[in-house]
Amino acid sequence: MTAPTRNQAAIALPTADFAVPAMRCAGCIAKLESGLALQSGIVNARVNFTAKRVTISHLPEMTLPQLVAAIANVGFEAIPLSESGVEDENRDAQRLLKALAVAGFAMMNIMLLSVSVWSGATGVTRDLFHWLSAMIALPTVAYAGRVFFRSAWGALRKGHTNMDVPISIGVTLTTALSLYETFTHGPHAYFDGVVMLLFFLLTGRWLDAVMRDRARDGVSALLKQRASGAMVLHADGQSTWIEAKGLKPGMVMLVAAGERLAADGILTEGCSSFDLSLLTGETAPQSVIAGSIVHAGTLNLDAPVHIEVTATGADTAIADIARLMEQATQSKSHYVRIADRAARYYAPAVHSLAAASFLGWMAVGASWHESLLICVAVLIITCPCALGLAVPAAQIVVAGSLMRAGILVKDGSALERLAEVDLAMFDKTGTLTLGRPMPDNLDQATDAQKAILLALTRASRHPLSEGIRRTLEIEGVKAASVGHVREVAGAGIYATVDGQPVSLGRPDRDIAHDGLASQLQVEGQDAFVVHLSDQLRPEAAACVTALARLGISSSILSGDRAESVAPIARSLKMTAQTSMQPQDKLDAIARQTAAGHKVLMVGDGLNDGPALAAGHASIAPASASDAGQNAADLVFLGDSLSPVATAIRAARKTQKIVRQNFMLAIGYNILAVPLAISGTVTPLIAAAAMSGSSLVVVANALRLKNAASAR
Amino acid sequence: MTGLAFLIPVALGLGLLGLAGFFWSIKNGQFDDADGAAMRILIDEEDSL
Repeated sequence: MTAPTRNQAAIALPTADFAVPAMRCAGCIAKLESGLALQSGIVNARVNFTAKRVTISHLPEMTLPQLVAAIANVGFEAIPLSESGVEDENRDAQRLLKALAVAGFAMMNIMLLSVSVWSGATGVTRDLFHWLSAMIALPTVAYAGRVFFRSAWGALRKGHTNMDVPISIGVTLTTALSLYETFTHGPHAYFDGVVMLLFFLLTGRWLDAVMRDRARDGVSALLKQRASGAMVLHADGQSTWIEAKGLKPGMVMLVAAGERLAADGILTEGCSSFDLSLLTGETAPQSVIAGSIVHAGTLNLDAPVHIEVTATGADTAIADIARLMEQATQSKSHYVRIADRAARYYAPAVHSLAAASFLGWMAVGASWHESLLICVAVLIITCPCALGLAVPAAQIVVAGSLMRAGILVKDGSALERLAEVDLAMFDKTGTLTLGRPMPDNLDQATDAQKAILLALTRASRHPLSEGIRRTLEIEGVKAASVGHVREVAGAGIYATVDGQPVSLGRPDRDIAHDGLASQLQVEGQDAFVVHLSDQLRPEAAACVTALARLGISSSILSGDRAESVAPIARSLKMTAQTSMQPQDKLDAIARQTAAGHKVLMVGDGLNDGPALAAGHASIAPASASDAGQNAADLVFLGDSLSPVATAIRAARKTQKIVRQNFMLAIGYNILAVPLAISGTVTPLIAAAAMSGSSLVVVANALRLKNAASAR
Repeated sequence: MTGLAFLIPVALGLGLLGLAGFFWSIKNGQFDDADGAAMRILIDEEDSL
């Protein structure tokens, strides 16, 4: 078996990435890797467990759906991932980690040399140690300091300042003066201080980058690239799979029941009903016949249809929403993170303090050399070491805690913004509700009926079957053994149990309350009609109450009709606005923002995308559309809505700890700065104070470890 | 004091060796899948044959 694959491996084989969210254990890794390698057309499979991904190198003739089917054969659901910029971002964290390693190495060795200087080395030995320190420190500053120099230069060129400006000035000035001291056989060199400073600051930066990467991996593993293409019927009767970007107007797509459309089009053959909830938020399916216009992103529910493509890519209805989203995102980019806000006051204060002490000492008659030494001591003492760690340390600890609770945080600023919200707006379909039809009256079915239902729904791909199957599986029902299963598109699924024909399909008579329903027919028995409806997420009411207790009032923004929103609004005691277009939701948020509110948007659909991007902070469930997940700041897993309240509580706790950390850092400065100004700070005191304050800040941040679980 | 002439280069050299090893392991992808590496030790290789 291995021989042919070796031959193939000589040429460069195409590879494809898949997200496999269901892998949980070592057994899954083994099953995927060895199982896939045995399938024809696949040369090699490699699992990345941390990112929940599989990279498959395959023969060129394998198509995406074939590969997905191959993974399904091994027993896993896979979602193809497009080649995104994730790799580049990873390198960002990696570059910081390398700089951190260099700074750490330099810090340890310079500290080794410095300890001997502090413990009394004099004369030639001290000079030798200073020279050695300089030789280690200079390349380190040049390499590890680049991150700060570049960002500071960028800010200065645009005429404003950030955290990196005082850092860069402090680092350069201190290194230059220490070098001068070394040349002139001076007693004090601050190489250890400089490198230690870089080490602590890089730790903060690296933590920040790691947090962003981890969340992004988590989110991209969830991103469902539904309808990344379509089966296209060619003139000669052949059909092939064409990816979404290859679709052209005029092509005819074959869309099976349960598939999402990859492009806008006109239905040419067949009739079915379409679920538009992703696009409009409306729950009731719309029936379509030949000539109906259908949009990309909607779901075909009943029967296979032929659709002639009219618009693709940038021309589709989805692309309009994407444009709205882009505009809305721009307003959010104006948000200034808390650390940078602090730096706005901090940097000028520090610089004037250092300049004042230099001028002051000059005025009382000290030499310029002495004055400069004191000025540098002030700079190094006030360098925002603890400030640089205060925010990222707290945020990464809380993000880890939230991740364990099933909430993914996109980045640190999301937590800061989330802590500030005072008004929550919920989408209905898929957010307050589960967004999938669930059976209402299964408890009236007999055990035998349940067993048959489970067996039939397992064999069906229809969306209504999905809800019934799930409920029965949770109940622990055992499936009956069925034979001769066949699914008739648009009609139902037929099989035999103990020789008796059974079927599950469309009810024969119209159901009184105009809901979704499915009818189980067993030969010789009365038909059993399963009613299905979209149900509230578990703990939706508890979540709204919890938000109210946090001082956040909630309301509903729905694209659905008033009749279907009203019962939900009533049961949750929320006010609601209905029949809203994406633009209307955007306007509603803009109105509240103008009134001084900070709006939290919770939504899932494509139609919520712009609103999610416009909200001061936004949360989406993991069942949300790609657009929704991309636009949201936080994504929560599972059905329950309670993570919304949990996340806000955790974010507020984080802000409290961050403020405490700032107070600690400032308190430390108030103690140490007078020492520095009076000229009594030696490199030893600076090193002790710097590492001490950083450790205190990190220890304080660690208190957030259980922020997502404790009430 | 002559001991220093040996000890300092040795100390620095060992440190550099560690640093080089760390850089190598990053470049080699040793940290790409930390959770997976912990799991892989449990896989019984003979099953795959």
